[in-house]
Amino acid sequence: MNKSIKHHLTDDLLMAYSAGSLPEAFDLIVATHLSLCVHCRARVESFDAVGGHVLEEQTDSTAMSDVSLAATMALIAQGASAPEPARPKCSVLPTPLQDYVGGTVSDIRWKPIGMGVKQAILPTTKDATARLLFIPAGAAVPDHGHHGIELTMVLQGAFSDEVDCFARGDVEIADEDLEHTPVADISADCICLAVTDAPLKFTKLMPRLFQPFLRI
Amino acid sequence: MFTEIDTVTLDEPAAEPVAFQPRRELKRIKGRRVNGTNSRRDTKTEWLDHVMRIRDAQDQAAFAELFQHFAPRIKAFLMKSGSDATMAEECAQEVMATLWNKAHLFDPTRASVATWVFTIARNKRIDVLRKQRRPEPEELAWGPEAEPEQTDVIALQQETAQLRNALSALPEAQRELIEKAYFGDLSHREIATQTGLPLGTIKSRIRLALDRLRHAMN
Repeated sequence: MNKSIKHHLTDDLLMAYSAGSLPEAFDLIVATHLSLCVHCRARVESFDAVGGHVLEEQTDSTAMSDVSLAATMALIAQGASAPEPARPKCSVLPTPLQDYVGGTVSDIRWKPIGMGVKQAILPTTKDATARLLFIPAGAAVPDHGHHGIELTMVLQGAFSDEVDCFARGDVEIADEDLEHTPVADISADCICLAVTDAPLKFTKLMPRLFQPFLRI
Repeated sequence: MFTEIDTVTLDEPAAEPVAFQPRRELKRIKGRRVNGTNSRRDTKTEWLDHVMRIRDAQDQAAFAELFQHFAPRIKAFLMKSGSDATMAEECAQEVMATLWNKAHLFDPTRASVATWVFTIARNKRIDVLRKQRRPEPEELAWGPEAEPEQTDVIALQQETAQLRNALSALPEAQRELIEKAYFGDLSHREIATQTGLPLGTIKSRIRLALDRLRHAMN
């Protein structure tokens, strides 16, 4: 657990996570942040309690069929599916991310995208994109704006941009109004999880040409 | 061990919208619950005991009662979330089977039974209706304390009761929007702009949860 997280998720994101209405890529970054942030976990568990209330209020309920209890007991008799094997501990990737990478940080299949920056796109539904970014210490990600919302969470190292400095566990929430140039802290290579619900728009021509190839 | 935690009296959800009813006084003598005038209204926290009976003794009678209460609600919830009746019926059965199988994982210091059932039903909805994986946060390591403190259990269940009352007291239009959000009908942008998040109503719930979660870090 990280007690020094300064940049948290917003209430609307946490409520949408609790309600189950986010794209998979957003669920992934929320679950990853919650793994490190006890503060947001308390908030999301409280939003779950709101969901519990909504469920409890379903009193105009459609009756279950007569055989449904027996059918459920039969399901139970089949036994529970085997629990997932425990993951090896990884100091960079919390378990939700390990499930998507299929291992620890050394199993990430990076693809270079120029200037020493690397990325790995994670397999989620297409309504939003999740990717891991590797930014060498001291390097910058090209100046870019956003069509939709972009969430960037630091997993290792730190980065700074026009807004603030972001360290492990911190999430930067960027929208249409923000054009920024994140620069990795000089002390360590920076690894981030970045999630977008629309393609980024780069302000310089070259990156824009590459965009279809990079799927960013 | 969970037989004496029925300290909170809760109102049975009304079949139709009614005016907000203030929380009932605790009816408790030397740790034992005293039946109120309407015993049906005093049943809610007994679900905790039911879950523990399933966990500790595979108690089928306890399960049947839980099933009778929750399965129709899960079915209705899933149908309002866009499922047809057949699929909602099947999913409700699977959710209840999960409840049986995972009873040992239920933590009454962090959720009421209804909240826990909601999270299982929600995940089932994402899995089946949206055909999407549901990333869940890392499990917390609770260390050597095997059984939760009774005071923590009671505090959480009382807080949940207060939350229910606060939500029931919200204006009808706002309650409908919150329901819509939990049926999966609102995007997170719509949630931000439309629901008028009930933050006041969950603030103390959050504080309590945070205290409890911090234990896990020590």
